Amino acid sequence: MIIDRAFALKIAFGVLLFACGAGLSAVLDNYYLQVGTTLAMLCALCWAWNIVGGYMGYPALCMISFFGIGAYAGGIAQAAGVSESLAWLIAAGVGALFALLLGVPLLRLKGHYFAVGTIASVEVLREVANNWEQLTGGAVGLNLPIHAGSPDEVGRFFYLAMLGLAFLAFLITALVDRTKFGFGLRCIRQNEQAASMVGIDVFKYKVGAFVLTGVLGAATGAIYASMVAFLEPKDAFNLIMTIEIPVMVMLGGMGTIFGPLIGGVSYVILKEFVWAYFINWHSGILGLIVVTVIYFLPVGVLGLTWRDIFKKLGASKSTRPATSDIARSTS
Amino acid sequence: MISQYIVNGLLTGGLYACLAVGFSLVWGVLNVVNMLHGSMVVLGAYFCLYGVQQLGLPLYAVAPVACVILFVFGYAIQRGLLNRVITQPILITLTLTFGLDLIVNNLIIHVFSATPQSLVTNFGTIEFAGVRVPVVRVGGMLVAVVLTLVLYWLLRHSKIGRAIIAVRMDRHAAALMGIRIPHIYALTFGIGAFMAGAAGCAMALIYPVTPMMSGVFLGKAFVICVLGGLGSVPGAIIGGLVLGVVEGLGTLTLGQQWATSVGFIMMMAVIVLFPTGIMGKKGYE
Repeated sequence: MIIDRAFALKIAFGVLLFACGAGLSAVLDNYYLQVGTTLAMLCALCWAWNIVGGYMGYPALCMISFFGIGAYAGGIAQAAGVSESLAWLIAAGVGALFALLLGVPLLRLKGHYFAVGTIASVEVLREVANNWEQLTGGAVGLNLPIHAGSPDEVGRFFYLAMLGLAFLAFLITALVDRTKFGFGLRCIRQNEQAASMVGIDVFKYKVGAFVLTGVLGAATGAIYASMVAFLEPKDAFNLIMTIEIPVMVMLGGMGTIFGPLIGGVSYVILKEFVWAYFINWHSGILGLIVVTVIYFLPVGVLGLTWRDIFKKLGASKSTRPATSDIARSTS
Repeated sequence: MISQYIVNGLLTGGLYACLAVGFSLVWGVLNVVNMLHGSMVVLGAYFCLYGVQQLGLPLYAVAPVACVILFVFGYAIQRGLLNRVITQPILITLTLTFGLDLIVNNLIIHVFSATPQSLVTNFGTIEFAGVRVPVVRVGGMLVAVVLTLVLYWLLRHSKIGRAIIAVRMDRHAAALMGIRIPHIYALTFGIGAFMAGAAGCAMALIYPVTPMMSGVFLGKAFVICVLGGLGSVPGAIIGGLVLGVVEGLGTLTLGQQWATSVGFIMMMAVIVLFPTGIMGKKGYE
């Protein structure tokens, strides 16, 4: 583990931010607590995705598979009478197991096949959740015991729980960023064959990263399930969200410690704005946001003159290969 | 009973082949997973419905026009937007087409509304050896299969078809042979959109169509494309027929609600076991 001054400052800044977030829970009203909880949840998912998608550079589109598996595992455990915190732990364990089972076959694939395999996992899981009625309640939904307490207390409790999980995801990302494990993942992103030549056990690293992502995603899902106290297949396995998460990370900067935070926060603000003012056009405007991010934020796609402004925002230079000359000759 | 399900499966499979062949071609040649494909199918269906119901034109006049409009649409999208990021990693092109899909789908909902619509047609049914099939389904399937075969022939024998295949085999070498890569890319995407439009017109004849169905169509295209192998036209036909029959039999044995899952699970298995698809190796037309 390499710790220099810049890294220590980053960590200190992150800890300070989370401390402020936790402190704010005492003064915020219920609406802002709700927004804050969503924000923390999305940031936790972004940090989780960033390990596989950002550091390792694999186009994993199965974030919502992990999230939904965790939500259902936690939900079913809670509905069976297990206590809340134990249900969250069980969900994390189920997430790890699921990530292992999914990762071992899928991580042998490359590029498009990997991406499509991961998307297909979302579809398959949603169908299974829809049809396996004895276990999941099917399309009717699954009711969970509601957390006891006044609305304010409950809101604060889940806000702090999500914030805690996001903090954990942040710490894990910081660790990955500075350890041999993260270094290996970056090598895999740049050149998998070369990484294996220098003695990195590529497959083990890939599965390890996948499981880490799976655990964090599943834990987020379980807390979400306890919070909403009602699960439906189409909410738990939402195909749009599985692509939104990578877009958020792209917006902030892939393979960086703060990228997921910046991306998550700005995306949520944009989305709240769009929902508030353009309710009929929200999916179209979300599409526009996605397209804009792709054209104006990846470095050098269009050779934009004011891209330096964006670069400072995203600090994303390191994650993207420069566009080769072919791109220019084909456009 | 079983023969009825198999015949139904084959009829649906012909449509599926037409639905998937454009998606497969785009994936194989451009290396782009076109998330927009489902919406293009829906767009084709709605153009067809609009022409027949609102303008009162005959179907055989409307359908080709709808397909040509989609071709132009596809050509423009590829030339104007996708060509600029075509060499980027897959995550970029995939999310870009997903974003475009959100926009197009939202526009469709606004222009045509989200209520399911269908063309009411009644051409009677054929009965043969105890199997009953509506004529319209046979017709739709035949048109879809003939178009797919025409595409296959074009790829093999026309100059543009050979250029497309050349670009797929080796882009750099093709560029050195004087092939205009951006134009060929756009043309390929346009052909993909054309086939999506044709599939959409055939769908509008048979099923009620809503904008929400784009995801279903896209899912089918994924499964067929992986089953048959990327960019392979014969692969798309075989993949489509296989999926149609498997879904039919899945409905018979497990029940309607599992039919889609069976397709996806089959696709996951194929993707892991034979990543090049059932039709094997290269499959250059």
